[in-house]
Amino acid sequence: MAEFLQHLVNALVLGGTYALLGIGLTLIFGIMRIVNFTHGELFAFGAYFVYLFAMLLGFNFFIAFAIAVVGGCLLGAAIEFILLRPLRGADIETTMLVTIGAWIIMQNTELLVWGGVAKAITTPFPETPLVIGAISVSPLRVFVLVIALVLIGGTYALIHRTKLGMGMRATFQDSETAELMGLNIRGIYTATFSIGSGLAAAAGALLGPVFLAAPTMGDLASLKAFAIVILGGLGNITGATIGGFLLAIIEELGAGYISSGYRDAMGFLIIIAVLLVKPTGLFARAERIG
Amino acid sequence: MNRFHSMIGQTAAAAVVAFGLVGGAAAQSTIKIGMVQPLTGAFAAAGTDVVNGAKIAVDEINAKGGVIGEKLELVIEDTKSNPTEAASVTEKLVVRDKVTVLMGASSSTATLAVMPKLMEYKVPMLVETSSSSKITTAGNPYIFRIAPPSEVEAAVFAKIVNKIGIKKADFLVVNNDWGRGTADEFTKVLKEKGISVGLVERMDQGAQDMNAQLTKLKGSGADTLFVTTAVEQLSLVLKQAAALGFNVRIITTGGSQNPDQLITNVGKAADGSWHLAFFAPWAPDATPSPAATKAFVAEWNKRGLPYGSLTSSFRGYDGIRAIAEAIKIAGKAEPEAIREAFWKVNILGLNGPIKFEKDGPKGQESGQSMPNVYLVKIENGKVVVPKI
Repeated sequence: MAEFLQHLVNALVLGGTYALLGIGLTLIFGIMRIVNFTHGELFAFGAYFVYLFAMLLGFNFFIAFAIAVVGGCLLGAAIEFILLRPLRGADIETTMLVTIGAWIIMQNTELLVWGGVAKAITTPFPETPLVIGAISVSPLRVFVLVIALVLIGGTYALIHRTKLGMGMRATFQDSETAELMGLNIRGIYTATFSIGSGLAAAAGALLGPVFLAAPTMGDLASLKAFAIVILGGLGNITGATIGGFLLAIIEELGAGYISSGYRDAMGFLIIIAVLLVKPTGLFARAERIG
Repeated sequence: MNRFHSMIGQTAAAAVVAFGLVGGAAAQSTIKIGMVQPLTGAFAAAGTDVVNGAKIAVDEINAKGGVIGEKLELVIEDTKSNPTEAASVTEKLVVRDKVTVLMGASSSTATLAVMPKLMEYKVPMLVETSSSSKITTAGNPYIFRIAPPSEVEAAVFAKIVNKIGIKKADFLVVNNDWGRGTADEFTKVLKEKGISVGLVERMDQGAQDMNAQLTKLKGSGADTLFVTTAVEQLSLVLKQAAALGFNVRIITTGGSQNPDQLITNVGKAADGSWHLAFFAPWAPDATPSPAATKAFVAEWNKRGLPYGSLTSSFRGYDGIRAIAEAIKIAGKAEPEAIREAFWKVNILGLNGPIKFEKDGPKGQESGQSMPNVYLVKIENGKVVVPKI
């Protein structure tokens, strides 16, 4: 029982960052209809930004984290502005190819700047774990979970409580009508891509110190983000949140009780099953438009 | 416009001539050695270290006039820690760069993937890091290995195992030929010594979260955990084990785990862990040739390279020296002659004598050299060589 609870705690911590990754990607797909392959690189970017500011430039860890998130938003906005805005109205394959190209360029740039060897990031959190009964968790991981939950909550509030969020939802439902109603669609697209990218960078900035920062770390993150989005239904934010936690639980329990060698394969087996049984995703609503 | 075009034409022609000359000159005076190493991906640290060690050996040899009157030149290719990529860059090195001898490919799985290419193109390869037993027993006569195979590591460990006092051991290994091979060989040795073996958990080479495996291992009640993987993943295992409050005696194998790098990466979480290493830069006087060790360490530090990487970089240094010796004995830089000459190599490397013994099926033997293995421990953030 203690072992099972420990597995659940591990999954919960990881699930928070998975959810962040999934929400970012699903936002961009739902609103902009763009299959965004740069998502994983924004994740890696977040981790390296923390490394740059906290480890190389000596900033406070929390400030470095904030800079990484803001930096991710700005980089996302720049990608949208330079690469995607001129392609508005182009079909989905065209934009997909462009994001694939951008992904390759970004990953190789990271390689050039940081080298291939993974970098460790130290944090001000004590290394001694918090022990509650038979369960241990490091303070850093608690921080990661709390920040992830705050960011998830913040994203919900942004979408459901603000004017920008209302514009995003309107664009999601029907972009042409929204534009006819006088909405600044271009601005909404830039904001969406920027927020989505910022969330990916935040996930990377949170997991970088937990794991290591490596130029190829974005590949697996991208794959997992796509898996989460498919699990939760394309464009479905609640689905992505639940999907993120679900994927983490599946991976953790799969590795703990079935086969540890195939940990990263577990999630994808589930995805195949979901695509076979309920191709719109587990949480798709029948009345969803778009 | 015309003048502009003709200018471009002239410049291009001049460039072609210039490059042609440079290319021709280079081809005449160097012997190319192909390096198949992981410079990115899960094993990037080990590959980068080996290349840096190899560069020191090449510079040293070239400063003394090279081999058989020619300079050595490294042609380095990145396997991206991917066996498929390793096989294709090997092909590129042989076909396009026309290298006459290779060194690689770090991970056992990558080396196994490269091996058929060696047979196809009849080019010998010195194996500096891979430790899977399958490599030298596969019947590939183009393989010459200076890294100790897992069973040698296990045999060395067998001599000291009783003094450490292990009752029950578990394994956590990277899910490739290296990890699985190590678990098999060590299990044999431990069982012979009457030590029970519990769980054998695996992790994907790119996996970063090993909490699930560690949580399961924590519940097993073993007093010792053998961990086999590259330094990156090992850092994560130590960090995550500490965070889970998992106090078990951790022993790492494979020799590419750079204890100093672990201390840098994870700090206190590395305390109390044991490591099987194949080079002891901390105690140069305990190495087979103290003077050579000191010279290598001094050059390494002069180049500003990280101290923690010495335990894997020496492999590149020893490898190049063995290759250079083979070329010298062969008297010419031709693959078949170098392959023959490898059998006559007998030099003292940084980690003991390099002399190849036959291993594998008769008539198709690979070469295997038997280097030293050390057991070291990390105590209070320092590497110590315990007296056992």
